[in-house]
Amino acid sequence: MQHTGATILRTLLERQGIHTLAGIPGGAILPFYDALHGSSIRHILTRHEQGAGFVAQGMARTTGRAAVCLATSGPGATNLLTAIADARLDSVPLVAITAQVPQALIGTDAFQEVDTYGLTLPITKHNFLVRSIDELLETVPLAFRLAESGRPGPVAIDIPKDVLTARVDITSWPEPGRREPPRVCTEAEVEALASLLAQAQRPMLYLGGGVIASGAAELARELAHRLDAPSVMTLMALGTLAADDPLNMGMLGMHGGKGTNLLMREADVIFAIGARFDDRATGKVAEFCPQATIAHLDIDRAELGKIRAATLPLVGDAADAIARLLQRLPAQAHEGWRGRAAELREAHPLRHPARSEEPLHPVNLCRFLGETLPDDAIVTTDVGQHQMWVAQAFPFNRPRALLTSGGLGTMGFGLPAAIGAALAAPGRPVVCVSGDGSILMNIQELATLAELDLPVAVLVCNNAHLGLVRQQQELFYGQRYSASRFQSSPDFAAIARGFGLRGITLDPDGDPLGQLAEALAKPGPCLIDIPIRETANVLPMVPPGAANHLSLTEPEPAAAHA
Amino acid sequence: MVELRVRNHPGTMSHITGLFARRAFNLEAILCVPEGGRATSQVLLLVTDDPKLEQIERQLAKLHDVLEVRHRPEIPAAFFQQLRW
Repeated sequence: MQHTGATILRTLLERQGIHTLAGIPGGAILPFYDALHGSSIRHILTRHEQGAGFVAQGMARTTGRAAVCLATSGPGATNLLTAIADARLDSVPLVAITAQVPQALIGTDAFQEVDTYGLTLPITKHNFLVRSIDELLETVPLAFRLAESGRPGPVAIDIPKDVLTARVDITSWPEPGRREPPRVCTEAEVEALASLLAQAQRPMLYLGGGVIASGAAELARELAHRLDAPSVMTLMALGTLAADDPLNMGMLGMHGGKGTNLLMREADVIFAIGARFDDRATGKVAEFCPQATIAHLDIDRAELGKIRAATLPLVGDAADAIARLLQRLPAQAHEGWRGRAAELREAHPLRHPARSEEPLHPVNLCRFLGETLPDDAIVTTDVGQHQMWVAQAFPFNRPRALLTSGGLGTMGFGLPAAIGAALAAPGRPVVCVSGDGSILMNIQELATLAELDLPVAVLVCNNAHLGLVRQQQELFYGQRYSASRFQSSPDFAAIARGFGLRGITLDPDGDPLGQLAEALAKPGPCLIDIPIRETANVLPMVPPGAANHLSLTEPEPAAAHA
Repeated sequence: MVELRVRNHPGTMSHITGLFARRAFNLEAILCVPEGGRATSQVLLLVTDDPKLEQIERQLAKLHDVLEVRHRPEIPAAFFQQLRW
């Protein structure tokens, strides 16, 4: 049957099982949009290509499967870049498809021509410039295989317009690209790991996003209990252990609990699983877990020894390795060590004003959300103070319940990611916790949300500042507040209404939490503007470059509570 | 000295040199020669022998277009000097 490059691409995506993708059309990609007309694939028209990239990320982070975003050549492609780079840093499987000017025009500075291949090269797991229709047939399944196999990541495919319009007879289709069976640890490695862990007196698990990516969250819970090991999670791993699990020591690192960071200094064995010793997690690396023998398991060999040499480096799939470890590791008991963990946790609680005193303090807000939202809710965040408050105080109880931009730290992530999550998990409520700085970075996607009428509530923690910048200027730059205060603040509720959504501003003098619960209980999308105290700080905080145990925990001045 | 076997297509060299630039690895010299059917090439990289060498090799091995990475300490750095034209 006669096909064009565009109908081949559409068919390959259908065969891949893609039923929803996000993008924006434009000149070079029009042949593909023509082919999409009448396809079973649902196209989500976002209002900015970065929104399309993060809608796709929201779908991918919710399901663990590769999702697709589309953009035309030139500015369409450059607008996608931030979302692609974000997927790279957080190991999210993404296939970004861009159109390119016709091959005859490549290199001539043609209208809407940009070197997308060159631009995506350093921010993708792999990238392609497709030069013929035959290459297209190979490239699309390969892109999905690469995005999902091993350590997941984004793959970019740039397709010149003439490849989309070229014609060819197709008699048989290539198999869809599938995740390859992951590399697994050897028997000897699992044996060595079991023996190291069985000898530990003060073991801890250091769980990273790789635990969730490999579907090992349940196994990691079992391992923590088998080993009787207090466990910490990175931002990307929150939800792996239930919030009320007595072994859950919460998040480590820059905004982790003081007790958590102190306990890690006393551990004699640290078992890091799918974690990459990121600087926000380790603090000053030379002083990270100084007493500990480190076992490090990762699917990506290059992560082993990249930051910190491990005594036992292991390359392999986390789910496989933990399952086999559990077969040979007898139950351990470390009452004293567990007691020490509890002691440190109790000695260093999260400090915040009481709910009665300041109901809209973000810690109180996050805990209230935890009580109010159903168990299967998905929370997305933007980046800044509100993100860290969510990480510290929202009770996550399952993997993939928190979607957040960890590695790249992209403001503007939350709203489009929430739309993607709601598309990928119909029936589950989605809450995007944002800030008044972050929400403005992709606020145009409120139009997309209104159009789709998805159950997404956008909560804007509004302190009229770039809060985390203000906080750092207060703590580390002599209170010289440079460009961190917004001189004018928009009426976010009115903006939401302008987009056709419900818009509410909480009244701090009334019963703001009651108003919040009421707004969340109503069906359909909404934006809730939440005035929070401008001077509230996220504590603890490790000063940049310092060791984790030196985190600042000073309570804020009492006067500020008034 | 690090030897690579790579897929021979436009872009492979950018991936390799881009990796060195991006990760702040030093690349002193580079030689690339197509192999028999021209589907693959042999690449020889002269890399400063620093503690990052193993990390460099691991990052190179992750590139889709790099098929094989071999450590070749027996090839002297002077090898490249003989190629001067």
